[in-house]
Amino acid sequence: MPSLKDLKNRIASVQSTRKITSAMKMVAASKLRRAQEQAEAARPFAERMGRMLASLAANQQGGGDGPKLMTGTGSDQVHLLVVMTADRGLCGAFNSSIVREARRQIQRLQAEGKTVKVLTVGRKGRDQLRRDYAPLLVHSFEEVGRRRLSFADADAIAAKVLEMYDAGEYDVASIVFNRFKSAISQIVTVQQIVPFAVPETAGEAASAEAGPVYEFEPDEEQILAELLPRNLAIQVYRALLENAASEQGARMTAMDNATRNAGDMISKLTITYNRTRQAYITKELIEIISGAEAV
Amino acid sequence: MADKVEFELVSPEKLLASQPVDMVVVPGAEGDFGVLAGHAPMISTVRPGIIEVHDGDRVVNRVFVAGGFAEVTATRCTVLAEQAVPVTEIDRAKAEQELKDLNEDLADAKTDAERQQVEAKLAVAQAKVDAVSSGASAH
Repeated sequence: MPSLKDLKNRIASVQSTRKITSAMKMVAASKLRRAQEQAEAARPFAERMGRMLASLAANQQGGGDGPKLMTGTGSDQVHLLVVMTADRGLCGAFNSSIVREARRQIQRLQAEGKTVKVLTVGRKGRDQLRRDYAPLLVHSFEEVGRRRLSFADADAIAAKVLEMYDAGEYDVASIVFNRFKSAISQIVTVQQIVPFAVPETAGEAASAEAGPVYEFEPDEEQILAELLPRNLAIQVYRALLENAASEQGARMTAMDNATRNAGDMISKLTITYNRTRQAYITKELIEIISGAEAV
Repeated sequence: MADKVEFELVSPEKLLASQPVDMVVVPGAEGDFGVLAGHAPMISTVRPGIIEVHDGDRVVNRVFVAGGFAEVTATRCTVLAEQAVPVTEIDRAKAEQELKDLNEDLADAKTDAERQQVEAKLAVAQAKVDAVSSGASAH
């Protein structure tokens, strides 16, 4: 039976925990709004880029071999997984669901006899994957966009991915990240970024609707050669933004639950506290009365 | 007045401009080109330089871009810029400092790859400084 003082202390500590979680929830909510706005702002660029690529690809069709980034190396022996997680925890299942998916991919690829390399973005992913797959980790980025996610961050990651590709260190690259659906629902997504796959339908739609035959300046291949690395950076940027929004969403939900649980716990503890106090009073009264009777 | 072109300037971080204009002059990789309504469809790379937006006979807006791509159709001119700053917002001292730093970096660069990277940055910084100086003389 805990003493009154113990109970009082516990109630006080749960109360301060609740204050922290509710503050974190509010911070996450405002960060989420900002992240969402940023994701929204990045959309037009990605859209236009996609449109341009589609029309280029439509022109390229039948043109034989394109740049290596588009056609691939001709083999798919070595896979690179870019695993994007958060730097910090306390955001529910956000990090572990990404890591779980990454593990599944690694196991699947290894079962197929492929070589897997892992590049992590975010400290949590690195820490969790290092336990089982330390030899596979080739590089990791941390503290990405701590203040505000900028395109330069994405560019740095994309540059690393490209550098490895040019050095022939892998054949196929995919990113694992959380796609933001809503504040309470994030979907773990695996997206192939290298070689770049033009969505079939998009290509057809573009060629059907765009109609005009473009002139290229300088020539097509050179533009494509410049556009593809850009596109890679954009894909990475988009994934980072989605991930950032998802992280804040997941944290908001997690902290909301924690606040609610703390509230429940406080009311339960308060009831126990009151019961114990009454029991003490009753006990003391009995002692006084029985003492008086004995005289 | 003749028809207008829908001019769009987008950077990865936001949509910077989206408005109908009379003419835009874009610094293409193989020379500046002006886009009027009814331009032949074309896709071009953009070198670091200034995009000029014309309305009537006047230049209404000058924006510095650090390279990117331009897609032109008969009714639309879309510029995807990696970095875009209105010329009036460039800090001249800062740009010149950057240029100086990069020149030093170039001297320090050891490998060819490193040198290439610095040179690319240098071109951007140079264009930025040029942009400010030309802007200053125009006013």
